Amino acid sequence: MTTTLSRALTTALHHALETDPKVLVMGQDVGGLGGVFRVTDGLQKDFGPDRVIDTPIAEAGIVGTAIGLAQRGYRPVCEIQFDGFVYPAFNQIVSQLAKMHARTGGAITLPVVIRIPVSGGIGAVEHHSESNEAYFAHTAGLRVVAAATPQDAHWLLRQAIESDDPVIFFEPKCRYWSKGEVADGPDLPMHAARTVRPGGDLTLLTWGSMVETCLAAAAAAEEEGHDLEVVDLRSLAPIDVEALVGAVGRTGRAVVVHEAPVTGGLGGEVAASLAERCFDRLEAPVRRVGGFDVPYPAARLESHYRPDLDRVLDAVDRTLAY
Amino acid sequence: METYVLLGADGRLSDEPAARDVTPELCRGLYRDMVLARRLDSEAYSLQRQGELGLWLQCLGQEAAQVGSIRAIRDDDPVFPSYRDHAAALCRGIGPEALLAQWRGVRQSGWDPAEHRFGVYTLVLAAQLLHAVGYAMGVQRDGTDEVVLAYFGDGSSSEGEANEAFNWAATVNAPVVFFCQNNQWAISTPTSRQFGAPLHRRAAGFGLATELVDGNDVLAVHAATRRAAETVRRGGGPALVEATTYRMAGHSTSDDPTRYRTEAELDHWRARDPIDRLRTLLDREGWADEAFHADLDAEADALGAETRRVCRAMPDPDPSTMFDHVLPGGSPVLAAQRDGYAAYLASFEDAS
Repeated sequence: MTTTLSRALTTALHHALETDPKVLVMGQDVGGLGGVFRVTDGLQKDFGPDRVIDTPIAEAGIVGTAIGLAQRGYRPVCEIQFDGFVYPAFNQIVSQLAKMHARTGGAITLPVVIRIPVSGGIGAVEHHSESNEAYFAHTAGLRVVAAATPQDAHWLLRQAIESDDPVIFFEPKCRYWSKGEVADGPDLPMHAARTVRPGGDLTLLTWGSMVETCLAAAAAAEEEGHDLEVVDLRSLAPIDVEALVGAVGRTGRAVVVHEAPVTGGLGGEVAASLAERCFDRLEAPVRRVGGFDVPYPAARLESHYRPDLDRVLDAVDRTLAY
Repeated sequence: METYVLLGADGRLSDEPAARDVTPELCRGLYRDMVLARRLDSEAYSLQRQGELGLWLQCLGQEAAQVGSIRAIRDDDPVFPSYRDHAAALCRGIGPEALLAQWRGVRQSGWDPAEHRFGVYTLVLAAQLLHAVGYAMGVQRDGTDEVVLAYFGDGSSSEGEANEAFNWAATVNAPVVFFCQNNQWAISTPTSRQFGAPLHRRAAGFGLATELVDGNDVLAVHAATRRAAETVRRGGGPALVEATTYRMAGHSTSDDPTRYRTEAELDHWRARDPIDRLRTLLDREGWADEAFHADLDAEADALGAETRRVCRAMPDPDPSTMFDHVLPGGSPVLAAQRDGYAAYLASFEDAS
């Protein structure tokens, strides 16, 4: 079935609500409006206001009450309206949701999914375009995934809801309206990286909003005779290190591309893992292409901030020439 | 709002209607709970001073607020505690080993919340109030009639999450009783620097039914909490009980309360001790004979001995256990760290 990434999420939520009476959807404006991105469109009409819950504007409350609901046996799927709005819930996510299972010696499991529209590229105002995955990937006790295609949006979300782990689920908002195939089943487990495009000269390691950018870069590089591989990490915690080591072990060259600022970003974690695991296979240092260490800029500057095809190719050229 | 009192500081029952419901059995039961809690609390304090516990937060002085409230709800009513609620925990059958494990540093919590219908302690203040509201939303969806009791303190009430919880509960009509033990001090910060309007007034503004009660009067706490809980149970919406009490000890064993409060203030509250107050009533009415007190003394001694024994018997956990229960679904990265650290430790054994 061909559908948009947004619609693929909607059908995943619909399926989860339909098949498991314990699944709840909750967040600001998720009911009648269907969410500001319409991902929850029609769900309240089909499943009622007790299962598709319009909440007060209180992010800590959304996650905190989801924790309580999960302790009662429910499986809440929370929507945080925008990436930059998640920080009021940081205590509930980092100190409560992530740690409760360990704190209780496994007595409590909290199958809570927190969906976060993430990253820029839509010309938004401040706090609406951030790529904040590193905060969550740094926190033990959370699973962090990023969907880049309708297939992964649908099946990763269904897997996340079925999982007993707390999952931070990132949706690249600039890709909500892109179309793609959704298969009848998942083709990968939640933690696995995906080789989106095979190639022998260099591996682009990326996720979320930058997958499409990297594919475009690979297509452009092909015209210049370079055969680039593109790997979508999909799982940002835990990272599928074996897959990355396998890929870069073959090509010997890697560039990590993400939208988040490079300092403390997950690109550094990926580069360090590759250095530890396959240093003797590397033909060049692993380069990082990411956002600058500045607050996400005003919309008219975001094309300078976000890695684009040319910045990726610039890093590719330097890495191939090393 | 006038403070609700049933048993005055002089140990006399007031002529409030609820005073007629006070029975000798109720008084003996509440008295026993408070005496046992104080004994465990003082034993734990001593164990900390002996180096057996890393830290202890005494509930000394707050026994009536805790015992009176938890005994006013049903055994199947879930409770979300803060971190000083040892008297309430004991009432839920949580024993000294479970209570002390966290403070000895061998586990992050000591009991299974589902087994005791009593959540784990929450050290980041007020976070548990939102969990209580969420749990209550689950109760609503299940169509059952439990009432969720959530403990917090005067200091916690300043946290944003507390106020989110009050507002949220009122918005969804959640079956929750928020129970504030206003013990006058948040470490060194007095309530006068915590809020500008009394908490029970603020609660009313959120749309919560409110009670203001003498927190050192176990009978008043019991009656007020029961009243609040039954209103909530009938679907009347969430309630907040503010119990005025006093933290007789420091905030923790690391605190030095002489730096911020006076002996005269302590004397004022010593004269309002919750256990002494109920004892006066028991003695005057002849509701507890010598055998009762002798049995209770023996029970308290046994609890004290048990507390010392189980505390010292708790071994340090195996290092590998810190890798357990991080993610229910497991993680290859974590498994590699666990195995790597085990191999590292084993390398020392091989060397010796």
